[in-house]
Amino acid sequence: MAKTNQFFIEREQNKYEVVIGLEVHAQVTSASKLFSSSPTKFGAEPNTQVSLVDAAFPGMLPVINEFCVKQAIKTGIGLKAKINKNSIFDRKNYFYADLPQGYQISQYKYPIIGEGKVILDMVDGQKEIGIERLHLEQDAGKSIHDIDPTNTFVDLNRSGVALMEIVSKPDLRSPDEVNVYIKKLRSIMRYLGTCDGNMQEGSLRADVNVSVRRQGDDNFGTRCEIKNVNSIKFMQMAIIYEANRQVDLIEEGKSIDQETRLFDTKKNETRSMRSKEDAHDYRYFPDPDLLPLEISDEFISQIKDEIPELPDEKKKRFIDKFNLSSYEANILVSDIDTSKYFEEVIKNSDVKLATNWITGELFAVLNEKNLEISESPVSSNNLSKLINLIKDGTISGKIAKTIFEEMIDGDKDPQIIVDQKGLKQESDPKALEELINKVIKNNTSKVEEYKSGKEKLFGFFVGQVMKESKGKGNPQLINKILKEKLNG
Amino acid sequence: MSDITKLSLNELIQNIRNKKLSSKEITNSFIERSEKSKKLNTYVTDNFSSALEAAKIFDEKPNMDLKLPGIPIAVKDLFCTNGVRTTAGSKILNNFIPPYESTVTQSMWDEGAILLGKLNCDEFAMGSSNETSFFGNVQNPIGENLVPGGSSGGSSAALAANLTPVTIGTDTGGSIRQPASFTGTVGLKPTYGSCSRYGIVAFASSLDQAGPMSQNVKDAALLLEVISKFDNKDSTSIDFKRNKYSSQLSNNIKGLKIGIPNEYRVEGMPKEIEDLWKTGIEIIKDCGAEIVDISLPNTKYALPTYYIVAPAEASSNLARYDGVKYGFRSEGENLIDMYEKTRSKGFGEEVKRRILIGTYVLSSGYYDAYYLKAQKVRQLIKKDFDNVYNNVDAILTPSTPSSAFKIGEKTDDPVSMYLNDIFTVPVNLAGLPGISIPAGIDNKGFPLGLQIIGKPFDEQTILNIAYSMEEKINFKNNITDWWM
Amino acid sequence: MTIDLKTVKHISKLARISTDEKKANKLANDLNSIFKFIEALNEIDTEKVEPLTSVANTKLRLREDKFEANNIRDKILKNSPDENKDYFVVPKVVE
Repeated sequence: MAKTNQFFIEREQNKYEVVIGLEVHAQVTSASKLFSSSPTKFGAEPNTQVSLVDAAFPGMLPVINEFCVKQAIKTGIGLKAKINKNSIFDRKNYFYADLPQGYQISQYKYPIIGEGKVILDMVDGQKEIGIERLHLEQDAGKSIHDIDPTNTFVDLNRSGVALMEIVSKPDLRSPDEVNVYIKKLRSIMRYLGTCDGNMQEGSLRADVNVSVRRQGDDNFGTRCEIKNVNSIKFMQMAIIYEANRQVDLIEEGKSIDQETRLFDTKKNETRSMRSKEDAHDYRYFPDPDLLPLEISDEFISQIKDEIPELPDEKKKRFIDKFNLSSYEANILVSDIDTSKYFEEVIKNSDVKLATNWITGELFAVLNEKNLEISESPVSSNNLSKLINLIKDGTISGKIAKTIFEEMIDGDKDPQIIVDQKGLKQESDPKALEELINKVIKNNTSKVEEYKSGKEKLFGFFVGQVMKESKGKGNPQLINKILKEKLNG
Repeated sequence: MSDITKLSLNELIQNIRNKKLSSKEITNSFIERSEKSKKLNTYVTDNFSSALEAAKIFDEKPNMDLKLPGIPIAVKDLFCTNGVRTTAGSKILNNFIPPYESTVTQSMWDEGAILLGKLNCDEFAMGSSNETSFFGNVQNPIGENLVPGGSSGGSSAALAANLTPVTIGTDTGGSIRQPASFTGTVGLKPTYGSCSRYGIVAFASSLDQAGPMSQNVKDAALLLEVISKFDNKDSTSIDFKRNKYSSQLSNNIKGLKIGIPNEYRVEGMPKEIEDLWKTGIEIIKDCGAEIVDISLPNTKYALPTYYIVAPAEASSNLARYDGVKYGFRSEGENLIDMYEKTRSKGFGEEVKRRILIGTYVLSSGYYDAYYLKAQKVRQLIKKDFDNVYNNVDAILTPSTPSSAFKIGEKTDDPVSMYLNDIFTVPVNLAGLPGISIPAGIDNKGFPLGLQIIGKPFDEQTILNIAYSMEEKINFKNNITDWWM
Repeated sequence: MTIDLKTVKHISKLARISTDEKKANKLANDLNSIFKFIEALNEIDTEKVEPLTSVANTKLRLREDKFEANNIRDKILKNSPDENKDYFVVPKVVE
């Protein structure tokens, strides 16, 4: 989570700063597409979620989806951004096999959302990343190049799906900041339910703008745009490669061409995507099939009422109310499902123990099994029960770990495991005293040594008693009685 | 019944309702006459056998409550018709069979009408003489080798030749009113947003409107009543209260104020057009309406504005014809080569010209100077109308600066062709309703039309004015069936 | 201003319409006469005029987010020049 801001590219004479801006394309969570009623479900058979509008049949017209507008506004509120009550849909004209209309409906001069910000938690403090704008646009279809040796196949299932393009200011300075920024953006949208953030399914992609400048320079260098990178790891790799490439050019006294580049994930390098002769001129103009989008104050205030507690606010509450550290709070709020799980667990159990168990044991298991918390093998309800068994002294922390391992297999109720296996902690002083007496009796020479000053041996006695109790002895009581006996 | 095809729409409906004629008899008559009129080249695709089938089905269980009971109607080939080839007059859609129906045609079929066939038009409705169609010229029934106007030239010719009782066209800069004027028929372009554009092959989205074409004003009113409907599938469709245009049709226009725009007296306008206009003014006065001189100062900028806005929108609207999803494809070495070959072979010269104009005016560095400028001038043109409508109820102008011209006369000079739409284009730019009615003939005996322009959504008033004038003008088209 | 051959070729490229030298020359001529006629607009001062994008004096209507789950792939692909039953097919694209 917490990473440093410091990132420079060094050469013999010079130290370079990397300036990064991101255009994140986030798929809007909605049942139907932005301008048509086709479903948006991922993974359907090719071309089965395509309407006449999506395939751009003659005379077909766009009709905008209210929910997508609402989702964009919600996201805007989450980014503490300006909501533009008037925005315009433009056509971005270019030819491509998976762009059936020959243009993409997007927003150019007048986006639905204006300037906002995202706060990043870095090790050396918080950093604010400016949001330039957010606009709504249509996704294109998918070109598949590897089915047939001589042809490209086109699947239009994605064609027309609503995207939010979230454009950051060039405020990012390192691959680590990019990592934290994307995760924060994803977290905010997942809290809001406006984008599922699933990068494997392409719900979140980014165009990465990279430029470099000598440390201390005020002016930005010439930037290159790396198109359509679909994982944080690749974004980071692409940035490092591209920044070094640019630095090398500068060091050699060459100039950098402003251009669009592609990141080749196999070769780990970026390369120029479109030759200059074929420079794009998108010929944006307002889509005459649509009218300006007007948003009323009532509509906005209605949406504001639906905004849940967002990560920054939740974190603050966790710290203030539960006395969690900033680090702990960050971990618990970073993903909406983690925070939900946490809040369910603490409904009926101790906050401190819940924090430790979730960030410790549970995360270890999820990591090991490569599971999301929403797929956790231990339900919040059962974890809460386990914590209460510890808290009321029924079991020790150590036993709890054994029980937890059993719970993983089929989300078993810890109480049942305790009952079945007789794991209830032995807290009867008389019974423990008997065990202790037995240990003292069997180790008379060690007792002598202890009494003559070898106090380190205390641990040995505790271990012996624990062994006699088959691990169920209450450690605090054992300590107490043992001390009385040995020192008495 | 002597000649069924000469009956007006309203007469046909009356005959069907009182069972003097069956849908089959009517349909058969129009088909027979159409078969004998192939020389006019009005049909791109006929639907005759299906139409007869549909007529038979109608006659078995006639529903006389419908507004167009069992009436066969041929439509411009710009309306997508489910299962019937729709070409927009272009090679690039030569083999396109839509799996859907335009809202406007669906409204007609819902009221009992039957599709007779698809009528020739200028390619993608770009033209004023029907000479840009991939399917060849259309002959004007008024006289051999005369253009029928355009772009709804197949529609106007078929209507004037009695091959269809009424028809529908589309009008982006005059494509209903100009051909109506050239063929001695009535053509109405409704207010932008009255008729849904869903399922109509788009030319220029901010200007396109479908509208009725008919032998008389009453028929136009009835057909408008059928096709003017709010439609959720078109974001620019407007939900306003529509009149029962035919039953509310009235020849009482006493006290209405009719504006005569000074700027429409264009340089070089033939005297007979000037005279026709004067006659129109007298008739209006006779009807008890008041004539008011008005000024629409930005009129002369309308055509240049139009020739930026329409091509710009068209260049984008026609980008979808790329050989990938439907229509004509010319194989290429790679994707770009395929695009370029498909589009340069699939589109005709005029369409390509306009795509290039549109591409140019939107391209980087020229957008502000051309496209944005045109949008601003368009605002001024609209304001001109808004201003005069504070004082007048409608405006009277000639429909066209000339009568029908010879085929081939203007094909080499795009600008002189464009000048045909000088009186009709401002109406589209301002989104207003306009109707052209036949009002006289020139010295060659060719019909000339007058245009009445209304306030937005006030189709009823221009229909009433047209209806009153029609009564007094008593125009009779002189069609000799020379092609038979 | 005049539109030269280079411009004609450039906009033809943008519009994906191929032109040869002869055609480009004729087009340049046509476009120049049309633009001469269009240039009348330069006379008017539009400094303070708001551009008009639509005459439809109404608000953009918003549609309810409901999907129609009817798979119409066959209909969609029926008109396509290639005969593939699942996909649209174009000549191989190399990025």
